[in-house]
Amino acid sequence: MLFKTRNFDTADVVLQACDLTVTLPDTPGNPGVLKSIDVTIRAGETVCLVGESGSGKSVTSLAIMGLLPQALQVAGGTIQLQGRDLLPLTQAQMRELRAARVAMIFQEPMTALNPVLRVGDQIMEVMELHTDMGTAERRRRAVAIMEQVHLPDVERIFKSYPHQLSGGQRQRIMIAMALVLEPVLLIADEPTTALDVTTQKQILALIDELQRDHGTAVLFITHDMGVVAEIADTVYVMKHGEIVEHGAVETLLREPRADYTRKLLQAVPSLSPRDARPAGDDAVLRVERLNKIYGGGGILRKLPQAHAAKDVTFSLSRGRTLGIVGESGSGKSTVARCIMRLIDPTSGRILLDDADIATLSRSALRPHRRKLQVVFQDPMRSLNPRWTIGESLIEGPLNYGTTRADAMAEAARLMGVVGLPADALARYPHQFSGGQRQRIAIARAVMMRPDVLVADEAVSALDVSVQAQVLDLLDQLQRDLGIAIVFITHDLRVAAQICDEVIVMQRGAVVEHGPAGQVLAAPAHPYTRALIEAAPGRSWDFQNFRAMPEVRHAEPA
Amino acid sequence: MLGYILRRCLAVIPVMLLVAVFVFLLLRLTPGDPAAIIAGDMATPAQLERIREAMGLNDPIHIQFLTWVGQLLRGDLGVSLISNTPVATMVADRIAPTLSIALLTIIMSVALAVPMGVLAAWKHRSAADYAVMTFSVLGFSVPVFVIGYLFILVFSLQLGWFPVQGYTPLSAGLGGFLSNAFLPALTLSTIYIALIARMTRANMLEVLGEDYIRTARAKGAPERTVLFRHALKNAAVPILTVIGTGFALLIGGVVVTETVFNIPGVGRLTVDAILARDYPVIQAMILLTSFLYVLVNLLIDLSYSFFDPRIRY
Repeated sequence: MLFKTRNFDTADVVLQACDLTVTLPDTPGNPGVLKSIDVTIRAGETVCLVGESGSGKSVTSLAIMGLLPQALQVAGGTIQLQGRDLLPLTQAQMRELRAARVAMIFQEPMTALNPVLRVGDQIMEVMELHTDMGTAERRRRAVAIMEQVHLPDVERIFKSYPHQLSGGQRQRIMIAMALVLEPVLLIADEPTTALDVTTQKQILALIDELQRDHGTAVLFITHDMGVVAEIADTVYVMKHGEIVEHGAVETLLREPRADYTRKLLQAVPSLSPRDARPAGDDAVLRVERLNKIYGGGGILRKLPQAHAAKDVTFSLSRGRTLGIVGESGSGKSTVARCIMRLIDPTSGRILLDDADIATLSRSALRPHRRKLQVVFQDPMRSLNPRWTIGESLIEGPLNYGTTRADAMAEAARLMGVVGLPADALARYPHQFSGGQRQRIAIARAVMMRPDVLVADEAVSALDVSVQAQVLDLLDQLQRDLGIAIVFITHDLRVAAQICDEVIVMQRGAVVEHGPAGQVLAAPAHPYTRALIEAAPGRSWDFQNFRAMPEVRHAEPA
Repeated sequence: MLGYILRRCLAVIPVMLLVAVFVFLLLRLTPGDPAAIIAGDMATPAQLERIREAMGLNDPIHIQFLTWVGQLLRGDLGVSLISNTPVATMVADRIAPTLSIALLTIIMSVALAVPMGVLAAWKHRSAADYAVMTFSVLGFSVPVFVIGYLFILVFSLQLGWFPVQGYTPLSAGLGGFLSNAFLPALTLSTIYIALIARMTRANMLEVLGEDYIRTARAKGAPERTVLFRHALKNAAVPILTVIGTGFALLIGGVVVTETVFNIPGVGRLTVDAILARDYPVIQAMILLTSFLYVLVNLLIDLSYSFFDPRIRY
């Protein structure tokens, strides 16, 4: 692992936050959101702020920008930008600094760009607000910065709207917008979290390149230790609004001092695959030459077709987990939805306990539905917010004729299994944390005693420590009940932890299929290899605070 | 885009045809014989028969329909049973006051309601927000004729700013038109201001929570730019829908106002025709309002893609 080992002791201090305290003044008890934190960033340095959700990372960045939501208030401390106190500044003075001296990029490039304005105009607006350049000059500068962030076909993209661009292109636009006036500090709030790993790699490289060219100081907020290992000079670890530890990246990863840092590092799933469990011969789910083609309809003219799943074939036996990995648009969710018959496959067979469910009508499908349950990515949106947990849990069994009393008793028992108190049944989804809600969603699926559980990015929205607990829960349920799991994920680390077998998909087609140990440790297909190489921090063994042994590469067979 | 506009315009034809069938049947199926009304109470059966023959009421119903549609297409809306003047002339004489007041109403409503809604959303939960919301509730709940007479009492009788009643056509000068039309338009506006302000506020509140608003602020945009350039355009589509529906409803809602302010518009023409069972006039009015409704909705639909580039046809 090659860390950045640059020394910044002699560089100018760009930003210094001292004793910064932010509170919620309208909440009883005036709780602290940031509790006297100190952060220093020097010219050309990349400072990573890591921590789990709710640790105060984003509040720190918004406080620096002067963009705290109304409910939050700076209660003490100072923020200095190049020696100038920011907190006493008026709104108008802060506005002049934004984008000109301190710029910010956000997590979700789709929602962070205005959908009804052309992206070129959005870049030009920054200059319109802060300089007196003429239109021609603004345009020239906008095109120049778009070329610097390596956007292809700049003239066309200049006139495009955000929805016409890919996620990576949109984030490049955001970066262009942030850097066009050469600010001294760039705040990047989880800028690659919503992107595919290969795109993430490119964006991280781009930020690095621009930082070197312009000497910008970067405050990079992330929850991903892999990203930290790749890009940080200095790391600040945050928990509950406090900085528990900070230091040079290598020191922090090798010799973490705080217990919390150790815990956080040890929760990072390893890229080394788990040992596969023995393959049974009683396949509970068999998918044969599954195809799904979207579009092609149209009354007046033929619409373009999209082949979202091409001849996908696999089988899965009881008690085993099959991972389907790939980037967005690879077709992995299409396959999952076809298996669950949420959408109708174009052709192919889906054999559940030897019954072909691929072409069954809705009513004929009903007896089979029970055997096939699903857990989605976002547990908040997959539980009805107006129903108690109990109502959500027993709905399925009631539909299949279980009595209310029996179903409630089973629901109470399952609450114990997933580690929640029995009185949780009387409460509503918003009263639980994200990890707890995902346990509830899993309990809801298990209520039906399914043979196959489809988990569609089921842990992707969770913090790493919570992620580990949910993966453990799935593992335990699988051992107890012998459920077969189809696990859809974009995260190779998670796949390595839970899968016995892995399918790698690219543009609708299966490019590699085999035991997890083989596919992840010795990938045969170039795309699989590219995916693994793009996984940030892959050569660092976070759990053991040391470098990974060299990754083996198999020769293509 | 051009193909879409063409298809949408063609789609108006079946809609209008359906309306025509409905209008035709509705009046043929209501009790009451038009021939009996024309002839009066003292007519003999022979006289009635002659009138029926002359009006084509004895033909099979589909022939009657085709004859009627054929006349419509030639711009012949029939002759009023009461005044014996061509319906087309009657409507043409009365449409200008109604349309000009409706248009003025919409312009005033939008000009007042959109800034009110934006202000209420921007200053969410402030005194300004509560004031706008209170006005909205009042605007919805107080009937039009109460508001109309209240305005006359205050602005015309006590302050003497406007004439009490009457109508001056736009062709006689903008000043004269406005002095007569302002109060009726303001009266009609109240409910639309309430509606559009509420809609603007709700949509702006939603849009102001979006990430790109945070981005705009992070770029150092002043609040005016954030609100009007970044937020309002994103909130526009539902607001437009309300404005369109409002305008269409306005044509029908104008009757009371025309009565209160003594304006010779189509609203009163319609009421008089219904009371007198003047079939051709009623039919013409239903057809006209439907056509305006369809036309306004078409224009609103087409305007969506101007505000939101993600809407493509």
